[in-house]
Amino acid sequence: MKIHEYQAKLLLSQYGIPVPQGRVASTPTEAKEITTELGGKAVIKAQIYAGGRGKAGGIKVASTPEEAERAASQLIGTRLVTHQTSPEGIPVTKVLVEEACEIERELYLSILIDGTARLPLMMASEAGGIEIEEVAQSSPGKISRTYIELAIGLQAYQGRKLAYGMNLHGKQVGEATRLMANLCNLFIAKDCSLAEINPLAITANGKLVALDAKLDFDNSALFRHKDIQKLQDEEQEEALEVQARKWGINNYVKLNGNIGCMLNGAGLSMAANDLIQHCGGRAANFLDIGVVNNTNRVVNSFKMFIADPRVKAVLVNIFGGIARADIIARGIVEAYKQLDIRFPVIIRLAGTNVEEGKRILAESGINFIEAKDFYDGAYKAVEAARDNK
Amino acid sequence: MSILVDENTRLLVQGITGNEGTFHAQRCMEYGTNVVAGVTPGKEGTQHLGVPIFNTVERAIAETEANVSIIFVPPAFAADGILEAIDAGIPLIICITEGIPVLDMVKVHSYLRNKSTRLIGPNSPGVISPGKCKAGLMLGDIHIPGNVGVVSRSGTLCYEVVSQLTKLNIGQSTCVGIGGDALPGSTFIDILRLFREDKDTRAVVLIGEIGSTFEQGAAEFIRNEMAKPVIAFIAGISAPPGKRMGHAGAIITGSAGKASEKIKALSQAGVTIVPNPAEIGLTMQKNISES
Repeated sequence: MKIHEYQAKLLLSQYGIPVPQGRVASTPTEAKEITTELGGKAVIKAQIYAGGRGKAGGIKVASTPEEAERAASQLIGTRLVTHQTSPEGIPVTKVLVEEACEIERELYLSILIDGTARLPLMMASEAGGIEIEEVAQSSPGKISRTYIELAIGLQAYQGRKLAYGMNLHGKQVGEATRLMANLCNLFIAKDCSLAEINPLAITANGKLVALDAKLDFDNSALFRHKDIQKLQDEEQEEALEVQARKWGINNYVKLNGNIGCMLNGAGLSMAANDLIQHCGGRAANFLDIGVVNNTNRVVNSFKMFIADPRVKAVLVNIFGGIARADIIARGIVEAYKQLDIRFPVIIRLAGTNVEEGKRILAESGINFIEAKDFYDGAYKAVEAARDNK
Repeated sequence: MSILVDENTRLLVQGITGNEGTFHAQRCMEYGTNVVAGVTPGKEGTQHLGVPIFNTVERAIAETEANVSIIFVPPAFAADGILEAIDAGIPLIICITEGIPVLDMVKVHSYLRNKSTRLIGPNSPGVISPGKCKAGLMLGDIHIPGNVGVVSRSGTLCYEVVSQLTKLNIGQSTCVGIGGDALPGSTFIDILRLFREDKDTRAVVLIGEIGSTFEQGAAEFIRNEMAKPVIAFIAGISAPPGKRMGHAGAIITGSAGKASEKIKALSQAGVTIVPNPAEIGLTMQKNISES
């Protein structure tokens, strides 16, 4: 789960990490007031769940409260398109209004989970302010790394190693080491999957401050962090994905094609999307129906396809294991009864209770296209979508 | 022969009295798996599905000589269940539970490091050696005994592949679901090493997906240490970056996580890549007839 920069900075400061002075504003007037409080100058930063804001015009510098008001009004209520968003962009409903810091140097600091070592990995670099992937490509020697053992936490020597790696000297080494320990505490306490401070700035008076901050959280651990759950901003997500969740479909991802997909299992669902592409089409979504105990979620999946105007055909590909083919078939028949289905539906069922499922579909009299196997289903779906203009 | 589970498997089910545990323990027993015990704290002395229940894994092993534990414990308590089984010294743990917090698994891995226990999963569909033992969620009757090993991060895609193989009368030695999480107990390399040593496994199907670098690790192992033929399919070539595709581990976060990078690494290691997931069985058939 993602959160906004202003929320991440509140968490950082609760854990003793210095952040610039400032507050979030929902209106231009608020932005003006906060700028006045900050002494008349401020940086106005659009709050969206994506990076690349600077280059996209999402960060503006204001040298008077009126300029801040104007900058906020140019951002709030618009959609910001960056290289990390879809072409439609993400809505800006809030801006962070912060004091403008004088920066001497920009550093990089992050923690993430390393899948190979199976440990949290802290990375630091003297090359901050640019994406770390770029640094890894161009000058890998500028990144220092250390693993964190949960039983003992980050040790002082590890912090020193990274601080020297960032080319820090004197008092800044101790300051950076404490900051790293604090970030590590936050990462573990809140079950983060990523904590990134980029840039970590050294100000003109030699202090370290988190100029930007990104915190992502482990979805599987949210059950023990109600405070974090509350921070979720659904307006930042794809509307169709939010709707899917409300209808009990937790594994739905909007893609950019026109074939609606109801599939089961993450791997088979991905493979079905791939097969559609292999046959010359594009899936409108990834949808892993999961464990189905009744017909509701199947009916709701069809509601999703109707809610998505791009959908020209639907592929149902279910290999019943835990999911039973007969329940899926009943759900499809129920969807036809309740809803006005106008697109062709291609169905391939296999696995648990498949004979019963096929019988239910055949006897229902609904108009669908049967597919004999995995390939046949994808192929027919691509054909049907092409013909349904 | 086969790997991990066989006719000598004495299966312990942690979480046997829950809905999922009950349902699947019963299916495993119907397949012929020797389920010898269950663990549910507070229910020692009772029976469930005709199997004795114990309060602790330690007690269950002492009383029944269970040698494999399959875990159906809910996500918030599953890591504790795994730690308990490791501590009791069981040689093999298969964790089915999906949605265990990542930092809980970091703890498990730290504890596991110097132990002899092997962990499969979490978020694994289980392991089956057709005709001998089923310890997992898979449908028993789509499998037939034979000489092809299957290792997969995905459950359903594994079923699809197995049914393609079985339709062509290509049997399986063992099918292993290593699970869709970001921090699996066993990776492709661990399972490939076992298949390499298994004299009844003549070829292997590897089913990977986006996210992580497990496939690149497998490629390196295959290039240097594996003579048996391997064919592979990597799911997610059409998946966008930054989006989690169902599995906790299936998210492209850097270039290494892309399907195309995995395919490149594996094909450079001499692995036959199947671009069309509907032709995995056919590709294996061709591969066998040529060798």
